[in-house]
Amino acid sequence: MQDTILEMRNITKVFPGVKALDEVKLNVQSGEIHCLVGENGAGKSTLMKVLSGVYPHGSYQGDILFENEPIALKSIADSERQGIIIIHQELALVPQLSITENIYLGNEVAKYGVVNWHLAHSMTEKLLKKVGLNELPSTLVGNLGVGKQQLVEIAKALSKEVKLLILDEPTSALQENDSQKLLDLLLELKNQGITSILITHKLNEISRVADKITVIRDGKTVSSLDCITDDITEERIICDMVGRDMTHRYPDRQPNIGETLMDVVGWNVWHPESNERQVIKNVNLSVAKGEVVGIAGLMGSGRTELAMSLFGKSYGKNISGEIRLKGQSVDVSTVKKAVANGLAYVTEDRKELGLILEESVLRNTTLVNLEGVSHWGVIDDNKERHVVENYRQVLQLRTPSVFQDVMNLSGGNQQKVVLSKWLFSDPQVLILDEPTRGIDVGAKFEIYNIINKLADEGRGVIMISSEMPELLGMCDRIYVMNEGVLVGELTGSEATQEKIMSMIVKA
Amino acid sequence: METTKQSIGEHLKSHIRDYGMLIALVVIMVFFQILTEGTLMRPVNLTNLFLQNSYIIIMAIGMLLVIVAGHIDLSVGSVVGFIGALAAVMIVNWDLPMYLVVPFALMVGFLIGAAQGYWIAYWHIPSFIVTLAGMLVFRGLTLALLEGQSVGPFPKSFQLLSTGFVPDLFGPDKPNYTAALLGLIVAAIIFVLALRDRIRSLQHGIENEPLVFFIIRNALISFVIIYISYLLSTYRGLPNVLITMAVLVSIYTFITNRTIIGRRIYALGGNAKAAKLSGINTERLTFLTFANMGMLAALAGLVFAARLNTATPKAGVAFELDVIAAVFIGGASMSGGVGKVIGAVVGAFIMGVMNNGMSIMGIGIDWQQVIKGLVLLAAVIFDVYNKNKSR
Repeated sequence: MQDTILEMRNITKVFPGVKALDEVKLNVQSGEIHCLVGENGAGKSTLMKVLSGVYPHGSYQGDILFENEPIALKSIADSERQGIIIIHQELALVPQLSITENIYLGNEVAKYGVVNWHLAHSMTEKLLKKVGLNELPSTLVGNLGVGKQQLVEIAKALSKEVKLLILDEPTSALQENDSQKLLDLLLELKNQGITSILITHKLNEISRVADKITVIRDGKTVSSLDCITDDITEERIICDMVGRDMTHRYPDRQPNIGETLMDVVGWNVWHPESNERQVIKNVNLSVAKGEVVGIAGLMGSGRTELAMSLFGKSYGKNISGEIRLKGQSVDVSTVKKAVANGLAYVTEDRKELGLILEESVLRNTTLVNLEGVSHWGVIDDNKERHVVENYRQVLQLRTPSVFQDVMNLSGGNQQKVVLSKWLFSDPQVLILDEPTRGIDVGAKFEIYNIINKLADEGRGVIMISSEMPELLGMCDRIYVMNEGVLVGELTGSEATQEKIMSMIVKA
Repeated sequence: METTKQSIGEHLKSHIRDYGMLIALVVIMVFFQILTEGTLMRPVNLTNLFLQNSYIIIMAIGMLLVIVAGHIDLSVGSVVGFIGALAAVMIVNWDLPMYLVVPFALMVGFLIGAAQGYWIAYWHIPSFIVTLAGMLVFRGLTLALLEGQSVGPFPKSFQLLSTGFVPDLFGPDKPNYTAALLGLIVAAIIFVLALRDRIRSLQHGIENEPLVFFIIRNALISFVIIYISYLLSTYRGLPNVLITMAVLVSIYTFITNRTIIGRRIYALGGNAKAAKLSGINTERLTFLTFANMGMLAALAGLVFAARLNTATPKAGVAFELDVIAAVFIGGASMSGGVGKVIGAVVGAFIMGVMNNGMSIMGIGIDWQQVIKGLVLLAAVIFDVYNKNKSR
């Protein structure tokens, strides 16, 4: 009944020392939404890079058939000419240019090198209508939110007469309602006959839009499911992804909460570039020994700003307020002092702020506490190696060796390196900012276990997350934040998604 | 803990970036040795080679740290000129003694570096701009200090900084036994240290260099050191400046490889924001890196003035380019975080041997520049190519 638009047969791609793809098969029918799921590092992105010509023909084994014709793609331009367009996780837009300029970048509406802006603008208007974006074509992309930028990317794809649209985790940076809009748009495009491949971690998205599902694990196709004929449950997908049964998404823990470790009293922070904008307003919070405290709130509510301003005043200016550790007022005005007083901050942006990507696991791990592996300022290589090997085992870090550059690790393993780094500084209070962002289900569970273990060791954990179920599953107590103010506090047992949302909305 | 046994081929492949430039240096030396019909490695020329390149190497060490930290210093050539002029005015015109002038000059260099580092580190003004300004300022001050004239000659004691030789303890006859003996001792020390390192690594099960490779590598190092010290011993012995260089290279290799501060400089260059959030005082580190560069540039300025035996307003012009080229040929990365002291030294020698070799062959300064430019480009392309391949 349906035609096969894409068939990838036995794709094998080998990197030095690693078999990233091992005879992967992928069949996509014309006019369907095909979800590609798998843990980070399973090979999804590699497969899509093969498909979009980033890894040219000849650098892999296997065949690609597009509309029943074998194709040999040499570059991205090649694949775009075929009508295969990929939208990457990191958006490839130029913020300083307008929507029109971005959409036709590299593909300008021009004659003899002279651009016809009138035509380009009117064509852009039509495209924007199609994707449901209500903005002027001359608006600068930098002035749009991430959700709208995503729509511009899709409009750009449509401008190239796309037959197969590939979206790599398009909703990972989006708010709930923006995600919904995007998924609606995908369904709308499906009605117009555009086939899409959606790479995602989010199970609710899959159940909402998917016609077919292909699960990849460790570079191999594990299962191909049809949403109409097969009986598909979230558990089944998770089970295929991680290769084990996961009835509990959050590990159990018996909280053993002790005395108060840290108090924040009357914390105020102003925006670093604007004297009028107060980002954090009179925040009071506390965390006790063995307690996991959550901070819920929408993106832009000031959670990260709060965390970074607490941690050595790494954000904002005119900061006022007091931090008490075990009742004693302490000076944490620089990162060094904060660390010395037992604070640790695991950033939400591990690539930009958390890791030195071109350095090894070893060097990243000991960076905060080099003194701990040195005598008189001279590093003891063997001691360092032992320390890092120990964390590698305890946190089950999957890397060929501790000398591997962290750049080459998957998101979950990178996060474990960041955690090792801070664990080695032996902190009393850890602030974890989106600790499971961009991490697959299996690794998330491992991170949760680590967090619970930290609490069991008598440390205090402050956990910031955009995923409410995660906070509900993990935290003993949850603060709700909105526009720089803590608008509510709930115990773990009384908290529900509805209560949190209503606190945010009614504040 | 698994021990990853590597074959020799694999080991060489994974370390091609480390050894590539060393191999290139050897190839270039053999090439010119043949083309100059053996003149290159004659003891007198070899001695000259060290004297000619000493100041570039001294600065390349400092520049390596600056570049690893993610910055650049364009002012070093002018600082060389300025410090030379300062020393000349103080010694020749004012008759001040050397033991006052040399520490004072080094201190001035340190302060010059610190002054530039202050704006770069604490005001976040791009180092390119600050040191470009410094380049103009100190060239101008050199001219002002010398009033447009050359000042010299220096007393004998000052010239020894550059043109002096370590006296032979075993009498004035050739060959110079001290030089040969020192060569043997240094080679032995390096070998013992390497062996100790290997044994300790083996005890902890973390060594993955094949034994054959270890033997060949160390045999070559020992051979080169002993052979060169032998060659030097048949002329006038070990130049003072060679000792200075060797000491500096050892100290800075140790700092970059083994100490906390060294590790932190790499972290700073690799990702300044992450380093800062890891509790590293990135501002102070940047500041110190530039102050250190200033001091080494001052030392180079003294050595260069001593070698020319006069301070001229043109001294040090375009040195910064040679120094920066040496560091990049040696494998440092423009974006920071990557590079080795020994690499910068090898890079400087590659430039030096080519200068020397081409001059002996009578190639004009015009074509010399063309060839040097192409070698710089080729070295960086080689590096980028290897980096991409290993991804």
